[in-house]
Amino acid sequence: MDIHEYQAKEILARFGVPVPRGGLAYSPEQAGYRARELGGKAWVVKAQVHSGGRGAAGGVKLCHTADEVHAFAATLFGRQLVTKQTDANGKGVYRVWVEGASDIAQEIYLGFVLDRKSERIMIVASGHGGMEIEDLAENDPDSLRRMTLDPAVGLSEYQARELAFQLGLKGGQIAQMVTILKACYRAYRDLDAVMVEINPLVVTGSGDLVALDAKMSFDTNALFRRPEIAELRDRSQEDPRESTAGDHGLSYVGLTGDIGCIINGAGLAMATMDMIKLAGGEPANFLDIGGGASPERVVRAFRTVLADGNVSVILVNIFAGINRCDWVAQGVVQAYKEVGLTIPVIVRLAGTNVEEGQAIINASGLPLISADTLAEAAAAAVAARPRKAA
Amino acid sequence: MAILITDSTRVIVQGMSGRIGSFHAADMIRYGTNVVGGVTPGKGGERHLDLPLFNTVREAVAETGAEASLIFVPPPFAADAILEAADAGIRTAVCVTDGIPSQDMMQVKRFLRRYPEMKKLRLIGPNCAGVISPGKGFMGIMPPHIYMPGRVGIVGRSGTLGYEAASQMKALGIGVSTSVGIGGDPINGSSFRDILHLFQNDPDTDAVMMIGEIGGPQEAEAAAFARDHMTKPVVAYIAGLSAPKGRKMGHAGAIVSAFGESAQEKVEILAAAGISVAPNPSSMGETMAAVLRMRGLMGVSDAVGLPLAG
Repeated sequence: MDIHEYQAKEILARFGVPVPRGGLAYSPEQAGYRARELGGKAWVVKAQVHSGGRGAAGGVKLCHTADEVHAFAATLFGRQLVTKQTDANGKGVYRVWVEGASDIAQEIYLGFVLDRKSERIMIVASGHGGMEIEDLAENDPDSLRRMTLDPAVGLSEYQARELAFQLGLKGGQIAQMVTILKACYRAYRDLDAVMVEINPLVVTGSGDLVALDAKMSFDTNALFRRPEIAELRDRSQEDPRESTAGDHGLSYVGLTGDIGCIINGAGLAMATMDMIKLAGGEPANFLDIGGGASPERVVRAFRTVLADGNVSVILVNIFAGINRCDWVAQGVVQAYKEVGLTIPVIVRLAGTNVEEGQAIINASGLPLISADTLAEAAAAAVAARPRKAA
Repeated sequence: MAILITDSTRVIVQGMSGRIGSFHAADMIRYGTNVVGGVTPGKGGERHLDLPLFNTVREAVAETGAEASLIFVPPPFAADAILEAADAGIRTAVCVTDGIPSQDMMQVKRFLRRYPEMKKLRLIGPNCAGVISPGKGFMGIMPPHIYMPGRVGIVGRSGTLGYEAASQMKALGIGVSTSVGIGGDPINGSSFRDILHLFQNDPDTDAVMMIGEIGGPQEAEAAAFARDHMTKPVVAYIAGLSAPKGRKMGHAGAIVSAFGESAQEKVEILAAAGISVAPNPSSMGETMAAVLRMRGLMGVSDAVGLPLAG
């Protein structure tokens, strides 16, 4: 789960990371007021959306008067900010952060991530910050320093010092960097983060370290024990179909094709999408109905898939282990009646209670297209698509 | 002999008296799995499914000689249940639980390293379908009847895609020695490489079907292991060729976040290591059949090449 920049800065500041003074605004007027309140001669106005690449997308601006802050903020509110990390719809701007401008002598990249190879927390850092980590990895790989942390002892002082020296820091900056690294580590560990990124961490003209930007992402599996983090969830930044589906125990990812997919298991769902593509079709979505799906959850899956106006065929592919084919079949029949389906539905059932499930489908009298194998199901779905007018 | 579970493996179920644990434990017993008891703290001394319940895993091991444990414990308590099994001397634990915090798994992996090799717990999962040696026994949530006994090992992240592979092979008369679901989480107990190693050393396994997906470094590590240390053929399929970059596809681990983690890159790495890669998910069975035929392994034992039963 992602949070906003200003929230990440507040959290990291609590753990001891120096951040610029700033204030949050929910309106252009409030943004101008924040600038006056903060004082100074220049301010950075930053759109708060859950995405990187905001600067290049026009979501960040250096302003020199409070009126300019007000005017720029007015262009941000209500806008859908499209960055290279978002889809074509972008993300809505409903909050704006105003902070005093800093002078920058050097930019450092600092990231804490979960490294799957070592199965530990890894620090990634570079003395050449400012660009995205992907671009750094591509354009400047030699500048990247990596360090894994032993979960039994955490981040040691010597490791933090070593990294500070490797980044070319000097004098009092070493102690400042050690403090920042330890703070980020504790925030990561104590709050069940999966990612902490400060980019850039700047060395100011006076030689001090300050976090100019911050991102944090959290382990959704651990939110049960982090209620203060769970509260920071901002649904305005999520795809409404994906978050509504999630509320009903469905794992859904919207895509661009026209074949709606209702599958059990993430692996089988991906494989079914691959098969559709090979058969010459395009999947409209990824959808995993999860284990032990009730007929009601299956109906909900149909509603979720049909909310996408591009869907012209639905393919149901269930290989039941912890699921039951008869429950899924009941759900399909129920969905047909409740939702008033008018598009073709292909159903492939296998595994637990498959005979009972198939019997329900056959007895329903509904125009459902049955398939025995994955290949047949994908081919049938592609063939059942309405032909586009030539 | 198979790997991880045979008909003589003494199995306990942690969380056996719960609704889900109870349902699947009953299924395991019906299949012939040697389930010897269950653990539910506070219910020690009671009986469930006609088997003794214990308060602690240590008691269960002392009383029943259990070697393996199936863990059906909710996510907040699952990591602790794994540590308890490890400390009580359980050698193989299968954890089905989906949703364990990744930092808990980091701690678990670190903890398991404290035991010498001879006493170390081998963890399968979490977030997996489990382990089955067809005709002998199983620990998990899979539908056991779709597996035919035979001499091909299966290892995969996804449960349902593992079922798909087993049923495609069964339709071609190819049976399974053991099928292992290693789970879809970013940090898991046993890797593809670990399971390939077990299959390589198992006299009852002739070849391995490996089912990977986008995300993580494990398929590439397995490819290097197969190339350098395996004499048995490996057939692979990688799910997620159509998955967009940066989007998480259901499994917490199924996200392309680094070089070499997309399906296409993994397919290339596997092929370069001499592994036969099934071009699509419907041809897992056929690709295995072709490899077995080429190696003269099709129908070499009674269990392979049987006409499809039923």
